[in-house]
Amino acid sequence: MQDNLQSSSYKELEQKSKYTNMFLRWFLYFVLILFASYFIFPLYVMVVTSLKTMEEIRQGTLLTWPSSLNFDSWLVAWGGRGYGAGDTFLRPYFWNSIKMVVPAVFFSTFIGAMTGYVLTKWRFKGDQWVFLFLLFGCFIPFQAILLPMARTLGTLGISNSVVGLVLVHTVYGIPFTTLFFRNYYISVPTELVKAARIDGAGFFKIFFKILLPISAPIIVVTVIWQFTQIWNDFLFGSTFSFGEAAPIQVALNNMVLSSTSVKEYNVDMASAIIAGIPTLIVYVLAGKYFIRGLTSGAVKG
Amino acid sequence: MFKWLEKNLPKIVMAPAVGLIGWFVYGFVLWTLYISFTNSKILPKYELWGFGQYEKLWVSRKWLISVDNLLVFTALFLIFCIVIGIILAIFLDQKIRAEGVLRTIYLYPMALSFIVTGTAWKWILNPTLGIQKMFIDWGFENFTFDWLVNREMAIYTIVIAGVWQSAGFVMALFLAGLRSVEDEIVKAAKIDGAGLFIVYWKILLPMMRPVFFTSFVILVHISIKSYDLIVALTQGGPGISTTMPALFMTQAAFHKSQVGLSAASAMMMFMAVAAVIIPYLYSELRRENAR
Repeated sequence: MQDNLQSSSYKELEQKSKYTNMFLRWFLYFVLILFASYFIFPLYVMVVTSLKTMEEIRQGTLLTWPSSLNFDSWLVAWGGRGYGAGDTFLRPYFWNSIKMVVPAVFFSTFIGAMTGYVLTKWRFKGDQWVFLFLLFGCFIPFQAILLPMARTLGTLGISNSVVGLVLVHTVYGIPFTTLFFRNYYISVPTELVKAARIDGAGFFKIFFKILLPISAPIIVVTVIWQFTQIWNDFLFGSTFSFGEAAPIQVALNNMVLSSTSVKEYNVDMASAIIAGIPTLIVYVLAGKYFIRGLTSGAVKG
Repeated sequence: MFKWLEKNLPKIVMAPAVGLIGWFVYGFVLWTLYISFTNSKILPKYELWGFGQYEKLWVSRKWLISVDNLLVFTALFLIFCIVIGIILAIFLDQKIRAEGVLRTIYLYPMALSFIVTGTAWKWILNPTLGIQKMFIDWGFENFTFDWLVNREMAIYTIVIAGVWQSAGFVMALFLAGLRSVEDEIVKAAKIDGAGLFIVYWKILLPMMRPVFFTSFVILVHISIKSYDLIVALTQGGPGISTTMPALFMTQAAFHKSQVGLSAASAMMMFMAVAAVIIPYLYSELRRENAR
């Protein structure tokens, strides 16, 4: 269907005079490439800057190619300079983020799969309202829950800890994961489940034997979505943690804002790349699933 | 006992999710609402105080500036994201070579955090070594581009970075929308002699109304919540010229010991989001039920 649409509009173009056609095509590519360079520009500048020395940065422009491939700023950003106080670097915070992301993604995905399963295959009276009840959680501005959350984490004794952030991200991920699984399972024929029930299969057996084996795509979408959201979070990280328990985005921000000594833009850019690279890799490897999550995470259905 | 357990197993499995969301979303929002009606300072107090915090909020110069900034930012952010998104989607829809590569380039900023984006743009926009220097070195000696440190203009740097981050997303939504249109409709229009421009302007774009609606809702939602980008790019400065409601709320709550006031500002944000989201959810549900 897509190809037809494209080829018909292409044919339409062909019918016009050859010159208009050629001009249009060139114009099309010109605009597309212009925008592509606008989108690429910051990434290019980040990479190039991170490979320069401060001397080179002061002499050249944003676009100047570095004189040599110099990864020193990356090493400094990752592991520091090796002297004591005031030497901040990303390595410990990178691990904080990993320790936070893995369990939070696992728990929120698991809970979402279960609720999505019940909401579509074990329907009960009022289940639509329950779904709406959960769905609304996708949209609340988190400012409306920051104050009580900070107090609750304090009461539970897990404020300023990775455990606390795992709890926060798991809870506020549930509305999204539920949405994903619910919308996926709703298209699985209910007859399959009914037949299995008649054969005496129970709640969990049906889930593990029938639904789980066909859930790979939606699990990938959900895991990527949750991973990206949690890895990139700053609001929760900066509100509920500081110092050694901070996740990487908070550490990056602190590093860039620290006003000690001379500003080292090359180290700043290397740090930004390190903080951005995990999600970027996921995007490049699994872009299709990333986009599917984006469009259905925001658009219902 | 077992029978009961078996019969109610689905509901038992649902219980944790419903309980967690009930407590951490609804309970917490209600708590914040309550606190916004008290005179809480460093610590929450539970004695009711009426609308005092809201009165204080709406005469606070900082809050008024943040609302003003939010309106300016939202308007520009919406216009640029939607216009760029539509142009890219339509152009990409013309059987373009390397479409996949271009799409990947347009959308990759969505995979980055606003902190990473903000850090990059802060470096690019800084007047001493960034774009301004680039143009001066290229021979434009009087070129100035100091928006980042200019009170009047700093808010627009947030627009630049925000649009850069989100325009590709709108492109993806519209491209998906355009590709789901039956090509019979387009063919019929062409038989009637409609040119390509007319086909898009008169037929396809009007059919994209739900996509416009969705993009609008998502972008407004992003802009009301914008916090990270401002922290990374300007910290609300110079002065308080780029402060926004989300920043106001966290500063009042965690730096200035104005718990009641911050709760009131949070509730204002909540109501703004609800005003956009509730009609949206309502129309989505109606569409689903109509199917």
